[in-house]
Amino acid sequence: MIALLIRDLRLAMRAGGGFGLGLAFFLIVVVLVPFGVGPQSTLLSSIAPGILWLGALLACLLSLDRIFALDWEDGSLDLLATAPLPMEAIVTIKALAHWLTTGLPLVLAAPVFGLLLSLPEAGYKPLILSLFLGTPALSVIGTFGAALTVGLKRGGLLLSLLVLPLYVPTLIFGAEMARRGAAGLDVTTPLLMLAGITCGTIALLPFASAAVLRVNLR
Amino acid sequence: MNLNALWEYANPKKFISTTDRVLPWVSVLSVTALAAGLIWGFFFTPEDYRQGSTVKIIYIHVPSALMAINAWLMMLVTSLIWIVRRHHVSALAARAAAPVGMVMTVIALLTGAIWGQPMWGTWWAWDPRLTSFLILFLFYLGYIALWEAIENDDTAADLTSILCLVGSVFALLSRYAVNFWNQGLHQGASMSLDKEEHVADVFYYPLLVSIAGFVLLFIALVLLRTRTEIRARRMRALLARERMG
Repeated sequence: MIALLIRDLRLAMRAGGGFGLGLAFFLIVVVLVPFGVGPQSTLLSSIAPGILWLGALLACLLSLDRIFALDWEDGSLDLLATAPLPMEAIVTIKALAHWLTTGLPLVLAAPVFGLLLSLPEAGYKPLILSLFLGTPALSVIGTFGAALTVGLKRGGLLLSLLVLPLYVPTLIFGAEMARRGAAGLDVTTPLLMLAGITCGTIALLPFASAAVLRVNLR
Repeated sequence: MNLNALWEYANPKKFISTTDRVLPWVSVLSVTALAAGLIWGFFFTPEDYRQGSTVKIIYIHVPSALMAINAWLMMLVTSLIWIVRRHHVSALAARAAAPVGMVMTVIALLTGAIWGQPMWGTWWAWDPRLTSFLILFLFYLGYIALWEAIENDDTAADLTSILCLVGSVFALLSRYAVNFWNQGLHQGASMSLDKEEHVADVFYYPLLVSIAGFVLLFIALVLLRTRTEIRARRMRALLARERMG
């Protein structure tokens, strides 16, 4: 399992592996927003939590098809499927690798981007905490979507169509927590709901992803 | 009654021959109930003292909203049957129900918007109910797109049923998440068992007839579309056999 994780991480870090691509996309979204809505810092600071969450979500979405596509093309997914590792473990490791290469950098970079959007002082801690709690769910749900569309030739657009509705609850609670934090309100309720969604998806969704992957490898 | 006898209808041939007999009745009944409910509702009920004649859109809005949710529930059940017992008719019925459910969702959203414009003063508000219906529409869209995208029938049936199961959980989650996210503008349930919340009796009885009409219409459409799917698949099989031989 650890060998698989290290292999995935290495492949992602290597040139052309797409590491940092999500981060660059996140940056571009954040830079484009003031062009779209105007540079007034009061307006920016009121929409900053939502924009940061949306940007993180889109950056995450962008890198989803990489989770299985390359392994599917060169046949290593078939080899993994015949390995003594259960399929559920494989998809969990894949999701973890995706989170480490996409989600975690987004969480770490979020404060800097918050600065660009003049996020209020009080908003930083809730924002980072909400992204830290929420992005694993995005990765796990995304892995399910990637497993669904792995056999399709032009699955990219379909993947977004399938995954984005599934992201709704995570986005609502995550952005709500960041927004309440920025406004100086109590964040306990959305925090608990977000944590619940993340724990629930991590516990249950790998079974669905594994079942889907088995169907696709049939 | 022997419950096992139910599975007989999973045989496509038996399904076709049974629906041959049932379908005309269901269609006629649905048209009758729809006509009765809508005509009764549109012409023979008083106007509401605050809403005027706009109240009458309830006879389309409530039944279609009800069927939009029930269609998804039916897809969930048939998907489960496909996963557990692998009856092809079940998977095809789920496939047949999806576009019908999607159209019901659109009807509910549109009639709601048409009613909302004069009453709430806006076509659209980010009310929890409206939002969750929009999300339901997206789920239907993804489900149908996945069916269309996969060539192998069995793979498509497997993948879409799992998507339906996972989607149901997330749709339910979204429903309660949007409740938390924004305050509502939409009125309470018009059909709840709690009499206090209810619409008045004059509106209630034609509404019941109209709902019965929508249910029957849904059943008729799903049966019809399932038969089409079965026949289309049989035709593909025959064509393939001809090419081989």
